[in-house]
Amino acid sequence: MRKLLLLSIVLSTGLLFMGRLFYLQIYDTSAVIKSENNAIKVVYDYPQRGHIYDRNNQLLVSNQPSYDLMAIPQDIKPFDTLGLCKLLGIEKEKLLKELNRARRRASWLPAVIVPTMSTEDYAYLGEQMHKYEGFYIQKRSLRDYQIDFGANFLGYIQEVNQSMIKKDPYYKSGDLIGRQGVEQQYEKVLRGVKGVKRYQKDRFNRVIAPYKEGKLDTLPVAGRNIQLTIDAELQKYGEELMVNKRGGIVALEPATGEILALVAAPNYDPALLVGRERSKNYTQLDADSIAKPLFDRVLQGEYPPGSPFKALTSLIALQEGVVSTENKVYCNGGYRYGGKKPLGCHHHKSPVQLIDGIAYSCNSYFASVYRSTIDKYNTPQEGIESWRKHLASFGLGNFMGYDLPTGRKGLIPNAKMYNRSYNYPTYRWGTTATISNAIGQGEVLMTPMQMVNFTAAIANRGWFYKPHIIKNISGVDTIPSKYKEKQVTTIEPKHFEPVIEGLNNVYNYSGGTANFLKVPGIEICGKTGTAENSIRIDGKRVDLTDHSVFIAFAPKDNPKIAIAVFVENGYWGARFGGRIASVMIEKYLKGEVTRKDLENWVLTHSLEEEYQKPLLGKPFPINDGKRISAKFLAEENQEL
Amino acid sequence: MSTGSRSVGSFDWALILIYLALISIGWLSIYSASYNPEIENFFSLENLHFKQLIWIGLGFIIITFILFLDSKFFERFSSLIYVVAILSLLLLFPLGKNINGATSWFAFGSFTLQPSEFAKVATALALAKYLSDIQTNIKTLRDQLRAFLIIAIPALVIIPQPDPGSALVYAAFFFPLYREGIAAVYLILGASVVTLFVLTLLFGPLYIALGVVGIAILFFLKNRKRRPSKMLYLGIILSCTLFSFSVNYIFENVFQQRHRDRFNIVLGKEVDTQSIGYNTRQSEIAIGNGGWTGQGFLQGTQTTGKFVPEQDTDYIFSAVGEEWGFMGSGLVVVLFVLLILRIIQLSEKQKNEFSRIYGYSVAGILFIHFAVNVGMVTGLLPTIGIPLPFFSYGGSGFWGFTILLFIFIKLDGNRVNEW
Ligand SMILES: [Zn+2]
Repeated sequence: MRKLLLLSIVLSTGLLFMGRLFYLQIYDTSAVIKSENNAIKVVYDYPQRGHIYDRNNQLLVSNQPSYDLMAIPQDIKPFDTLGLCKLLGIEKEKLLKELNRARRRASWLPAVIVPTMSTEDYAYLGEQMHKYEGFYIQKRSLRDYQIDFGANFLGYIQEVNQSMIKKDPYYKSGDLIGRQGVEQQYEKVLRGVKGVKRYQKDRFNRVIAPYKEGKLDTLPVAGRNIQLTIDAELQKYGEELMVNKRGGIVALEPATGEILALVAAPNYDPALLVGRERSKNYTQLDADSIAKPLFDRVLQGEYPPGSPFKALTSLIALQEGVVSTENKVYCNGGYRYGGKKPLGCHHHKSPVQLIDGIAYSCNSYFASVYRSTIDKYNTPQEGIESWRKHLASFGLGNFMGYDLPTGRKGLIPNAKMYNRSYNYPTYRWGTTATISNAIGQGEVLMTPMQMVNFTAAIANRGWFYKPHIIKNISGVDTIPSKYKEKQVTTIEPKHFEPVIEGLNNVYNYSGGTANFLKVPGIEICGKTGTAENSIRIDGKRVDLTDHSVFIAFAPKDNPKIAIAVFVENGYWGARFGGRIASVMIEKYLKGEVTRKDLENWVLTHSLEEEYQKPLLGKPFPINDGKRISAKFLAEENQEL
Repeated sequence: MSTGSRSVGSFDWALILIYLALISIGWLSIYSASYNPEIENFFSLENLHFKQLIWIGLGFIIITFILFLDSKFFERFSSLIYVVAILSLLLLFPLGKNINGATSWFAFGSFTLQPSEFAKVATALALAKYLSDIQTNIKTLRDQLRAFLIIAIPALVIIPQPDPGSALVYAAFFFPLYREGIAAVYLILGASVVTLFVLTLLFGPLYIALGVVGIAILFFLKNRKRRPSKMLYLGIILSCTLFSFSVNYIFENVFQQRHRDRFNIVLGKEVDTQSIGYNTRQSEIAIGNGGWTGQGFLQGTQTTGKFVPEQDTDYIFSAVGEEWGFMGSGLVVVLFVLLILRIIQLSEKQKNEFSRIYGYSVAGILFIHFAVNVGMVTGLLPTIGIPLPFFSYGGSGFWGFTILLFIFIKLDGNRVNEW
């Protein structure tokens, strides 16, 4: 037995060690990560971010060098603090605070001490840096904006945060990423792929050699330039027109679906989100909860479309075969149904047929044909579903698939929605319950982008391409294929002609709602819209001045531009929307504006006063004094 | 067979092959751990691996010398060798050179010699000589005391150098003693001492004293009918308590803080900070980075970056772990186990008592070094600085282990002649 003691201890020790080695080397994988943190220094080679051009090859966005003052805390030797502060133009407390923060985080890691110094600062500092051991200057590339508009669709770049890194491990702390607009949408195209070099470090954090002789290193792939469909001149003009107004303008080329202008007002100078002041400016923009400059009203705002929707009501009725252009409807100042409050109408000639119905925007006419459209089916449910399918073919009630990262679906009500709200089948509901749909009020909601899209589909007589902002990607020389697929609506082309005739007469009739907006030499088709709206103040509904809505396309034949204008609290459709649409169309088609009277009127009229009204805390008149809103104080007991 | 006709074939080639395998892997590891791409000349004395190659070359001369000596030489001169070894250890106190806080070296210019590496061999020879003497009876207390003295004297001289790690190795001589028939009670005693030691550090002496008293009372009551000796129980309680308190006293007052920290880390009592336990953590990371097959020769990031301190000496096994992975480090463990088992097997075959006892000493010493070193490098034991035989850089250590092993190979080779 005595012979076995050492023998068994040796054997069991051997087994124990094998187990321990297995645990350390095979089972517990954390050591590999720890060893990389220890020993490998990764250096990234960032390619230049792609430039952005407009449709006429005007440079919109390029890059500028920027310099960060970096420090590796553990390498810092005692230095002339005051001297460095003077060089940098910062206060001693700030410098020491930044250094302490860096030291607490990890004293062996480089940290940004002063971000984005100007080129002048850099030139001056560069000669002095050798005096400050442990400090160095790192060059980075920031955006350089050639224009002071278009921030809403350009987006911006920012340093990645932890959640972005978690989502996409390509990004490492300190990397830049595109946010919003095309910077986000075409991030991968614009940024390229950074090169990676790995170095073996020793335990004093000194680089001693390329890691694995550089076999794992990769070269950077350059970012690609992109060309946008935006016409910079038109965009700039649109933004100027929208000064002191809130809302948006969106213009498409109907033949291609290319976005010519995408104006959201108020906007801001894209250069605000570059450099040292970036986060301060962003916070400021973000905090403006009243003007909401970061809210893209063109893509994210959902509004009742109002009268422009009547064009769609007509098209659906024609396609369903429930009316012809000959059918006449009498209008006695409104449409009456079921003894309830009538759907009011203004004064115009009566009776009207389809073309005049559109030109005069007669509510009675559209209520009547809408009712016929729905009542063609055995139940209102079936009728609504059929109606909804037609609208869906225009890209309404859903995301449109354009290449910008924000958007809303809008709303086209379906039978299920009415069933729920009327508690069907306990209670029934009829077509008249949905009658406001006929004139674009009621439940229907659209973004201005959706409005311009159906306008383009009408201009094309029944088809459209999905709106998009990308015109070309350099080196690839193509755009995503979904923007080359023709989307065909459920309405036959022949039904568009009378509707377009009506839209054209809006301008041409002396009693047409947009007669004063005619542009010499251009046949415009358009439709005004006036959308009632309200907000809640202290839990009570308060009506505000109506929104001004306008859609148009031109020329009537072979259209080159479709446009939707939306001006918050702009009184009525023609007042702001119509004027803006006319001069935008003229600007785009002729390159200059002859209707200077319209242009000057828009430039000199501000709606700021209108926007201040609900903030003043007292009753205020709306709609040019025609209706005095007493509701604000008087309707205390009336909950709407 | 006569003495004259002895051929090289009578040496145990298994041992020699394992030895050669170990020193080869060991040298490659030193090459990795000390590799400095800036020194282009392989033959530069700045290269530790080149210096180690010189030690190995000189080692082969020593091996030849040992193998050609008369096999009776070691038995005959063992006492003298022992006395010389003790004297050289004592001479360190006035003449020794202090390196890293320990006065364990004689310096001859830039060349240093560590006598404690040779004292092990001398002690093994002396113990074998004493125990194999016909007049020695290990069952008697007097001879047990004498044997203990032979082992304890070098250990006690080494401890205050201070080099507690090297002193610990002398625990290895327990194995030959036990093999030769010393009472099992010493084994129990030894185990109890270690257990009490660890428990004291974990819970403090007061709880240990209370625990011992409690257990003693339980046993006493249980065995009441057999009329147990109250004196025996009192003695056990007293000695345990005394031991516990003295361990605590030594730990708190004699040990330096760094020694205390080392124990505390392994006992899980203190949270690791950046400096304490750094070596072990870096060593575990390096080994873990090896995976199944390792990063490859000169490819280990931790080894190349010199992240593991003392990697060419005490922590050399971590270089094997990182560059050769589980396959390589596992092979080294297997080789060591085979080496020790083969020595035990051969020792059992010895007809000559001296050779058998010496063989067991060799197996014990190699085992303690192997177990304590690998245990430390893999984070199973506290940081006790003793080298890994045939691996760690250093001439004295390499020669010491080579002499230790080859004296046994020589003695074993002679076994055949004594038929
Ligand atoms: Zn009417």
